[in-house]
Amino acid sequence: MDLILPDFGLLVWTGLVFSLLFILLAKFAWKPILNAVNAREQKIAEALALAEKTKAEMQALKAENDQILKTARAERDQILKEAKEAANAMVEEAKSKAKDEATKIVESARQNISSEKAAAMADLKNHVATLSLEIAEKVIRQELTADDKQKALADQFASEIKLN
Amino acid sequence: MPQIGKLSSLLQVIVLALSFTVFQASAYASEEKSFNVNEMIMHHIKDAHEWHITGPEHGGVSVYLPVILHDNGFKVFSSKYFYHGKETEVKLNDSTTYHYLEGVGPAKGYGLYHEEIYKLNHEGKLHFQGDHPHNATPTDLSITKNVASLIIGSLLILIIMLSVARFYRKNGAVAPKGIAKFFEPIIVMVRDDIAKANIDHHKYQKYVPYLLTIFFFIWINNMLGLIPIIPGGANLTGNITITFFLAFCTLLVTVFSGNKNYWGHIFWMPGIPVAMKIFMIPIELIGIITKPFALMVRLFANITAGHIIVLALISIIFINKNYAWAGLSVPMALFISVLEILVAFLQGFLFAMLSSLFIGAAVEEAHH
Amino acid sequence: MGIFGSIAALGAGIAVLGAGLGIGRVGGSAVEGIARNPEAASKIQTAMIIAAALIEGVALFGVVVALLGAKA
Repeated sequence: MDLILPDFGLLVWTGLVFSLLFILLAKFAWKPILNAVNAREQKIAEALALAEKTKAEMQALKAENDQILKTARAERDQILKEAKEAANAMVEEAKSKAKDEATKIVESARQNISSEKAAAMADLKNHVATLSLEIAEKVIRQELTADDKQKALADQFASEIKLN
Repeated sequence: MPQIGKLSSLLQVIVLALSFTVFQASAYASEEKSFNVNEMIMHHIKDAHEWHITGPEHGGVSVYLPVILHDNGFKVFSSKYFYHGKETEVKLNDSTTYHYLEGVGPAKGYGLYHEEIYKLNHEGKLHFQGDHPHNATPTDLSITKNVASLIIGSLLILIIMLSVARFYRKNGAVAPKGIAKFFEPIIVMVRDDIAKANIDHHKYQKYVPYLLTIFFFIWINNMLGLIPIIPGGANLTGNITITFFLAFCTLLVTVFSGNKNYWGHIFWMPGIPVAMKIFMIPIELIGIITKPFALMVRLFANITAGHIIVLALISIIFINKNYAWAGLSVPMALFISVLEILVAFLQGFLFAMLSSLFIGAAVEEAHH
Repeated sequence: MGIFGSIAALGAGIAVLGAGLGIGRVGGSAVEGIARNPEAASKIQTAMIIAAALIEGVALFGVVVALLGAKA
């Protein structure tokens, strides 16, 4: 029967020791342990949230970078295209300019030539006239007496001479 | 995994200790004339004023614990004055004989019968009537085997938990190492699976220290009880006084944290006819007591039954008086001992779990 | 002891019989539940342990009463 009846002495000791144990544990063990565990859990939760946030930020950053890269690429292409066009235009312009220049030079050369030719022709004409005159003078001096008549005749002859 | 490593080394200790029990018991049996299983088992599972280690009962190697009596002032002396005292025989008329130990030296004037201390009457004898003495009893506040075991167990818990706490105090909120790594998951389990799961989310924190203390107190003392030699082997958590005290604590916590809703359900159960309401009051009132009562009996009976089974299995050898039976009884006792390791944890878990269920029911808010 | 011991042992045996049946049912249903819904295994286990403990508690009442009988 005493197996299932509480014993007074043991009950007193149990009450004493258990209460003391509870107070000591609650104050010096459970409080710091639970605080530390809670703090750590909070820290982990915060770290996870931060990681999630950073990941999202990274995602956004990456998207932004991609966008920037895309724009840059497009811009580069544009610039290249423009440059090519400009170069082409320049070459084309240079070409046409050169052609023009060349044409001009040729033209001026032709003009020069023709003017030189004209001058030379006039010179030649004069020369020929003088020569003819001299010839005629000499001829007429020898043959003719009347100068005026002779000269008119000589001019007529000279103009009849075609130089081309 | 470190836990498994720890468990296996624990198992080794238990195997060694179990074989020690066998040798101890064999020495014991060979010197006694007849081996009484019932007496041996009852002697083990009950409290004592000595901590028996080996050799025959009363006279073998044993730790004599201090006796503290309150009988017109405190008297403190060693229990060896009983165990090494005078063995007295009393014969009654119906030819039944009783043996009790008469104290000598400072224990003079007291007699010890079945670990109970009585005052000797004017003839210097214990007066037996029925099957126990009818002498006056002084208030016995002795450091008995269970009290010593209680103090050792509590110190052990204190040392373990303070070193766990010191780890956190020193290192802050970091990943646990060493002893903290082993105990933290258990502490978190008590907090989350026991307290948080059963008690309202806003109120559970207040009860976590109580549930933790109860869980570790029961678990560690159960484990100590499984070690067959000193400083273990006392049937502490299988003692009705201890389980009564623990269940009473749960009762107090439940009753004092009960809110309006809880008492409303007890004295005026909603949702049933008035006649039933009146009928339900005594039933609910009895329910307040029976729940902790079941807690008390469950722990007591589980642990006591575990001790009885192990001892009974070991006793097979001595009942049959043949050492060959050790081949059967030791493996079976080992199996039960391993099972008891599980039970030791499970009973602590259950006590805390059911306590938290009762507390949870007491603080629950009405949800209509 | 004598006859009382035997009757007490019988009582303990009957208590064990009931508890065995009860815990068997609890365990069987729990395993079935876990097989059907493996994600809920931990919750089912907790509920199973509590239910088993309640049954065991009743059985242990029987054992305690049997112990009382043994001492009488």
